[in-house]
Amino acid sequence: MRLKKKHAPYVFISPFFILFFIFGAFPILFSLYLSFFRWDGMSAMRFVGIENYQFVLTDPWFWQSIYNTLSIAIMTTIPQHVFAIGFAFILHRGMVKFKEFFRTAYFLPYITAPVAVAMIFTTLFGSPFGILNATLNGLLSLPLIGNLLELLNISSPIRWLSDPNFIRPSVAALLTWRFTGWNIIIYYAGLQKISNGIYEAASIDGASTRQTFFKITLPLLRPIMFFAMLMSIIGNMQIFDEPIILLGAMGGTNRAGLTTAMYLYQTAFGWTEFGTGSAIAYVLCVFIVIASIIFNKYFRREI
Amino acid sequence: MKRKSIFSLVVMAAVIGVLLFSASASVMAQDEEVTITVGTWADESFEAAVELFNDKYPNINVELQLAAIEDHHDNLLTRLAAGGEVPDVAYLEDQYISTLAARGGFVDLSQEPYNGDQYKDKLVGYPFAQATTQDGQLVAMPTDVAPGTIFYRHDRLEELGVDIEDIKTFEDWIEVGKKFTESGENRWLIGDVANIYTMMVNGSSTDRFFNENGELVINSPRFLKAFRTAKEVRDMGLDAEISEWTNEWFTVLREGQVLMQPSGAWLGGHLKEWIAPETAGKWRVTSFPEGYDGPWGGSFAGIPKSSDNKEAAWKFIEFMATDRAVQWSNFRIADMFPTIEDLYDHEAFAEEIDFYGGQKARLVWKETILNIPAINTNQHDSFVMDMMGNALGEVLEGNKTPEEALNETETLIERRIRR
Repeated sequence: MRLKKKHAPYVFISPFFILFFIFGAFPILFSLYLSFFRWDGMSAMRFVGIENYQFVLTDPWFWQSIYNTLSIAIMTTIPQHVFAIGFAFILHRGMVKFKEFFRTAYFLPYITAPVAVAMIFTTLFGSPFGILNATLNGLLSLPLIGNLLELLNISSPIRWLSDPNFIRPSVAALLTWRFTGWNIIIYYAGLQKISNGIYEAASIDGASTRQTFFKITLPLLRPIMFFAMLMSIIGNMQIFDEPIILLGAMGGTNRAGLTTAMYLYQTAFGWTEFGTGSAIAYVLCVFIVIASIIFNKYFRREI
Repeated sequence: MKRKSIFSLVVMAAVIGVLLFSASASVMAQDEEVTITVGTWADESFEAAVELFNDKYPNINVELQLAAIEDHHDNLLTRLAAGGEVPDVAYLEDQYISTLAARGGFVDLSQEPYNGDQYKDKLVGYPFAQATTQDGQLVAMPTDVAPGTIFYRHDRLEELGVDIEDIKTFEDWIEVGKKFTESGENRWLIGDVANIYTMMVNGSSTDRFFNENGELVINSPRFLKAFRTAKEVRDMGLDAEISEWTNEWFTVLREGQVLMQPSGAWLGGHLKEWIAPETAGKWRVTSFPEGYDGPWGGSFAGIPKSSDNKEAAWKFIEFMATDRAVQWSNFRIADMFPTIEDLYDHEAFAEEIDFYGGQKARLVWKETILNIPAINTNQHDSFVMDMMGNALGEVLEGNKTPEEALNETETLIERRIRR
């Protein structure tokens, strides 16, 4: 029993593929198969053709969940990347002391368990006794800021997690806090690839920090931005943990925070319509692919 | 070559030996001891109950699988569907029993050797209807029932100079709530206004969401009244606008910032154990107004078909459901209301209870439980419950009238369940 040299590499890499087929490929293919059936998990499966897809595509709640997902995604992706690029630049240029400390501090939210994060934010966002509203009350009682806030029609207490107008921004704020650190690390790595010589040349030519940032850093960072934003788009289309813990399975008042991933979960596991749930998963997958292609088309060609 | 084959013979012998040994060990073990797993969400009185169980059945080890109530049921459903490992005894909550009952993943306990139906006369009747499928299978045994009553703060009513005897209708409660809310900052009638809706819907009909013919009955005066009352309470600013089972909810209960909280008798167990032990003596219970009597929770225990220890599992369920000592212990510790009817005539039922300032609270619950009719349930109940909660949210936030919300929800539900 000797392995031929030709075969040995395949044997050595086989554990990954075996595990991938069991835990990766099989569920993917099985849920495609399931999406053509009605199945409650226990009774017999019933073939229904594309009825599940028809149902999903004409389901107003599905489209609402797509709208929710996209609007949360936009509200979190933009600040995430603006902050991340800014912070990464500041850290990289050594404008502050304790660089290492800040880098770790920004990354910490990313490695904290989503459940713990959401529980803390529930306390922050609480309506009668939350910290945010307590702060707001303090601000409202200040003379100038208070008047300004009143002009903006902001009154306390804000029901961050039950007023439909505030639900999506609240979720987006949590996500921004959580994922900015991850993007900082990516951008920080990207910045280190930019040769110091260019910055030196710029400073000899008398360029200001602002000019350096907009004329050198940003253009050269473009490939990294492409990667990081694509990751954000794919990730944000699948938002699940944070809203479900903050808002419950139905996404709060008027389902304002019901994302597509939550709706999928509720359909399949809450209401045990596994076929319909699988169909939602595949429709969502197609949407993610479309979003990635569009982004690729308009962003990449200028790199 | 020869050495190799001798070696493999030795290995073979060793392997076979180990296999034989472990097989015989497991046979022996079965004669002596069995371990059953029990999946549940409620553990307050579990330890004491298992101790009682082991006094009678020392050979059956009980292993607890604990999860939060929603996770417990979702996991159970998924594991039943996937053919995964399920507990030998699965507890099911009132809201989920009908959904699970219709699926067929549980052993029919009315058959031999279980004969669960024999206890029908001794136990409270209405939960049996819930646990029985349309073709007559008994999928679980009721282990505790939950008379829905209002827990209210007696000290706050005294401050207001109101006598509980004068509160006879929902409108009376709203009037008192208004007085209380106006009497100071951070004071409300109730924490979560959805509980007003639940109280009015649970307590007023023999149907839950469907009638006995399986027709959806949500677009009816009963639900309309519940929606309107909840909306009225919200619009008058009488609820704290917080969800139940959140930190803020615990706070308002503890601080006496809400006047009342409708719930099952079991809430008393939570209140005195951990939510608000320091409020002992300030609470009282009273039945729902206007003659509404309904359940609020309650649990069942069933045996999944794939369990390997059905015999031991049944011994456990039978004990939990019908043993007087364990039912009494669960009631004492966690206010899980007993199902055995003749326990209600026990003199301890008329005891004055310190947590309720010496009120004979058990008699209030007893009266409620005996008034609850058999309730028609349906396999879609937990789905419809989600949809109704959602519709209520739309009404409370002011962008839909109760009529619109009920009409739309009816359409949405029909669209899904008639596929």
